[in-house]
Amino acid sequence: MDGPIVNAPLRPDVGATSIAEETVKAEVRELSFFYGSGMQALKSVSMSLAENKVTALIGPSGCGKSTLLRCFNRMHDLYPGNRYDGEIIIHPDGVNVLGPDVDPIEMRMRMSMVFQKPNPFPKSIYENVAYGLRVRGVKRAGLIDEQVERALTDSALWGEVKDRLQDQAYNLSGGQQQRLCIARALAVEPEILLFDEPTSALDPIATASIEELIAELRNRVTILIVTHNMQQAARVSDYTAFMYLGELVEFGDADDFFTNPKQKRTEDYITGRYG
Amino acid sequence: MSGQGGEFTSHFSSQFNQELENLRSRVLAMGTVVEKQIGDAVTALATGNENMARSVIGGDLHVNQLEVYLDEECRRILARRQPAAGDLRLVFAVIKAVTDIERIGDSAKSVARMAIKLIEAKPTGTVPSLAHLGELVREMVQKAIGAFAGMDVNVALGVERADIAADDEYRSVMRALTTRMTEDPKAIDWALNLILAARALERAGDHAKNISEYLIYLVQGKDVRHVSLEDRERQVQDRASRQSTQPADEPRNT
Repeated sequence: MDGPIVNAPLRPDVGATSIAEETVKAEVRELSFFYGSGMQALKSVSMSLAENKVTALIGPSGCGKSTLLRCFNRMHDLYPGNRYDGEIIIHPDGVNVLGPDVDPIEMRMRMSMVFQKPNPFPKSIYENVAYGLRVRGVKRAGLIDEQVERALTDSALWGEVKDRLQDQAYNLSGGQQQRLCIARALAVEPEILLFDEPTSALDPIATASIEELIAELRNRVTILIVTHNMQQAARVSDYTAFMYLGELVEFGDADDFFTNPKQKRTEDYITGRYG
Repeated sequence: MSGQGGEFTSHFSSQFNQELENLRSRVLAMGTVVEKQIGDAVTALATGNENMARSVIGGDLHVNQLEVYLDEECRRILARRQPAAGDLRLVFAVIKAVTDIERIGDSAKSVARMAIKLIEAKPTGTVPSLAHLGELVREMVQKAIGAFAGMDVNVALGVERADIAADDEYRSVMRALTTRMTEDPKAIDWALNLILAARALERAGDHAKNISEYLIYLVQGKDVRHVSLEDRERQVQDRASRQSTQPADEPRNT
């Protein structure tokens, strides 16, 4: 996929010149977001997502990181009164996700989301993964079989479930259910994977397997992950953004971000010194 | 968090803060000990004070104990606290600095040993003095530790400049000793001991320089090792002026 080698409109005051070397998959341009209550949750946020890299959003509760993530697949449209101001441009076609003429359903096909708690459908393991394909109109059984196997392999679950594909998804462990949800997301070959605290309900071993998976997936898909776990952001991300009170405080290369942040507020947050 | 106006107004006074503060103060204490060790070793050499020399040799045990304690403390903090940003740089700088401080202690011990050998050799005629080199190096150690205490990059840069003077003085001492040995082959026995003592002092100066480099990394997040002194001074000053012209909460670019 050939997005522009950008010159993205990163706000110059939030650091990160290094992304200029990357192909940009998505650009958030001066995005503000207002909930129906009138509460402004995002204040003119601008940042870019590098293609086939992992970008992590961190910040304290209520900072707007999940709100920003949910703008990508227009989840806020599900509730009346919510209002976006600004743009999210997806490359290479340059479509504005938030444009009034854009179909949110189409955007959700291009960007799959994995949530905090594993939420498999009350169906078999196989049907959970096949579901998105069927919704898209894929009918040929052989093709569906092939895609299901590939998605389950990519989510590192195939070896554990290949002999029990017709079992109920709920019979899987928490970590397996989450990997199933990732397989379900991968089956429709999204361009961007959105993770909303994907391991906060999992034990350390299941967490490690999801992080391993993210590291493997990053070669094929652009990933945006919201996490409360700072060490997780440090482990998995190529780029990291710190948000506070709806603003993007700092965005930069993860190596620099966790060893030598430029902003005092970032330093205070990642060293646990806010008080 | 204050939740007001986007400012982080106060810091937790946590156990972790105390651990980091304890780490810093122990490093400073260890530095102060080796600075005295170097000073005493040089005095013992200059005055032929054997008791003082033996006390320096015995004192190295304390330096070694501090090294083991600090290494263990750094390991514990890394394992249990997973420090980031400035905290990580502090722990990293301490791990590195402790090794150099311990080696300065070893240098002091070497000089003290040579002082005892010199007393036993009973040299005749003019004996080239290591007092000036010793004082230059002791000052470098003092300043490197002082830079750590005050987190002062300018003092650290001063140590780097002083290392040039110490190296010059070392070469001058070596020339004097070589000449002395050429003129009087009987002097070779004790002059070799002085050469080893001068070498130990010169190495101690290098370790002080290393410590000042870790301090610059700690304060500015910039690794200045293996960079020429001119480039290093320019980089450090540029960064310092950028940091001082921008309020802490204003955006900074790199």
